[in-house]
Amino acid sequence: MTGAGWRSRTSRKGERIMNTLWALLHDPNMRWIFISCTLLGLSSGVIGCFSYLRKQSLMGDTLAHAALPGICIAFMLTGTKSILYFLIGAGLAGVVATFGIGLITRHSRIKHDSAMGIVLSGFFGLGIVLLTIVQHGGYGNQAGLDKFLFGQAASMIGSDVLTLSIVSLFLITICYFLFKQFKLVSFDPGFAKGIGYSVGFYEQLLMLLMVVAVVVGIQAVGVILVASLIITPAVSARYWTDRLGVMVAVSGVFGAISGATGAIVSSTASSLPTGPLTVLAATALFVLSLLFGSKRGLLIRRLVQQRMKRRLGFAYEEQAATASVDERINKEAAL
Amino acid sequence: MSRTDSKSTTFVMERESIAPPLAVNGLTAAYQKKPVLRGVSFTVTEGELVGVIGPNGAGKSTMMKAALGLIPRLSGEVLVYGKPYKQQRKLVGYVPQRESVDWDFPTNALDVVMMGRYGHLGLFGRPGAKERAIALECLAKVGMADFASRQISQLSGGQQQRVFLARALAQDASLYFMDEPFAGVDAATEKAIITLLQELKQEGKTVIVVHHDLATVEEYFDSVLLLNVEVMGYGKTKDVFTQDLLQRTYGGRLAFLDRSGLAQPDITKG
Repeated sequence: MTGAGWRSRTSRKGERIMNTLWALLHDPNMRWIFISCTLLGLSSGVIGCFSYLRKQSLMGDTLAHAALPGICIAFMLTGTKSILYFLIGAGLAGVVATFGIGLITRHSRIKHDSAMGIVLSGFFGLGIVLLTIVQHGGYGNQAGLDKFLFGQAASMIGSDVLTLSIVSLFLITICYFLFKQFKLVSFDPGFAKGIGYSVGFYEQLLMLLMVVAVVVGIQAVGVILVASLIITPAVSARYWTDRLGVMVAVSGVFGAISGATGAIVSSTASSLPTGPLTVLAATALFVLSLLFGSKRGLLIRRLVQQRMKRRLGFAYEEQAATASVDERINKEAAL
Repeated sequence: MSRTDSKSTTFVMERESIAPPLAVNGLTAAYQKKPVLRGVSFTVTEGELVGVIGPNGAGKSTMMKAALGLIPRLSGEVLVYGKPYKQQRKLVGYVPQRESVDWDFPTNALDVVMMGRYGHLGLFGRPGAKERAIALECLAKVGMADFASRQISQLSGGQQQRVFLARALAQDASLYFMDEPFAGVDAATEKAIITLLQELKQEGKTVIVVHHDLATVEEYFDSVLLLNVEVMGYGKTKDVFTQDLLQRTYGGRLAFLDRSGLAQPDITKG
């Protein structure tokens, strides 16, 4: 095969992919799903950084599981599937869950992680029970509520995209303007309090933003997997940088790429679910970061180690060489 | 350095030099119902280095945190230059214990020092060239100018402590609280820190330091606060740093005093 032939064939292949993508984005349904998933990934990636750095990654998981009963109750009360009501229901459930965790850790010897485990599974159990009641009870229009378990990106429509865009914009704007506060509260809450920041308020705000990210994320990825959109991009981003600002941006981009990949692959490959594919894409990015990350990746660490070893090795050989020369001189002197 | 000059003159006018830098009155604090501080009162004289001494669990850090409002206090009053602490935040600098933060945080030394300026920035204000210049200057003062862009986990314990000190300097305060700045640092850093404290003192600033090493107390501090839940003694170092009061403060832990070479043989024998 000649080089030119090979090249033209790859470019043809590339063209075909571009054409498919183009066609996909021309289909309005697909376009909505694509944009929604990208925005979702972006905002969860951004907010995830702060929860990761505050060692609260698992809090996202707890909030997601707690959101399920909240969403069910919101649906039972209003009878509509509106993101806004779900957001309120999930938010309230999240507040109750965090309060419950605080209550358990304060008044017993139970550690934070165990308390989260108890609350998370308790709420999830309640959520499943409520979900079953909703499906077998006389609630109309309940179809699709069970999709909250694994997400239902394929059913997203124009108005959902509008809500999602507003929510994502809101999240990112707050993180941009309060970046300084979020940074200091995450790094050194004691010092932050000392200079007059109301640390409690900012912590609550970060928690609220996480609830928002989780609830909109549930739409696409589902209760069980949504935590990975909060945790994985942030952890992956940490492998590429030592600056918080860059980390937040990289994490947002990773989240967006994951969402976009999930949406595209699920629409091309025969009816694979978007949510799990999105999570798989995020996981793949994590593995890449773990291996090739420019700051802490395994490869770069290995290289640095080897370079150090080589340098030390040279120094050692040099020493040995001078030592042998000295020895020879000494011997000659002795003779 | 015009920045500090102009600032400190305004500070002098604000505080009218009558009110002491710190007046603590009947401070009581508790963790879960068990009091760790009971009725602590003392007044600090301007321009002094004050050492806070006492056994582990005596409430030294708690006293600082309660005075700064980091933990709730059950009762008592803390006045900074005659006014409640909340109104005087900008006059107070704080160096927390080094272990209180995660040094793996994605940030560098310069960035941490710039945090010292956050209290002077507005709600949405962002640190800019001015804050950067101040932070670099403060890093240079603690001998860390070459490490400005170093990721903080790549610094040694002593260097991390110096970064925290530089951050406090960047606060440009008049009264400083330092929680064990000498804990686990190398000799070079200890020397750098004490030189810095002397400089601060010469500038008329007041520094309160939680300290552990009894051997250096007389050398470092003008006044000493002996603390063990209650104030066991407070005053000029030569008046308070005595056998008798130390023994009362540390209770039966004479072995500790012994090791630091302070206990007289006749006292150890009983």
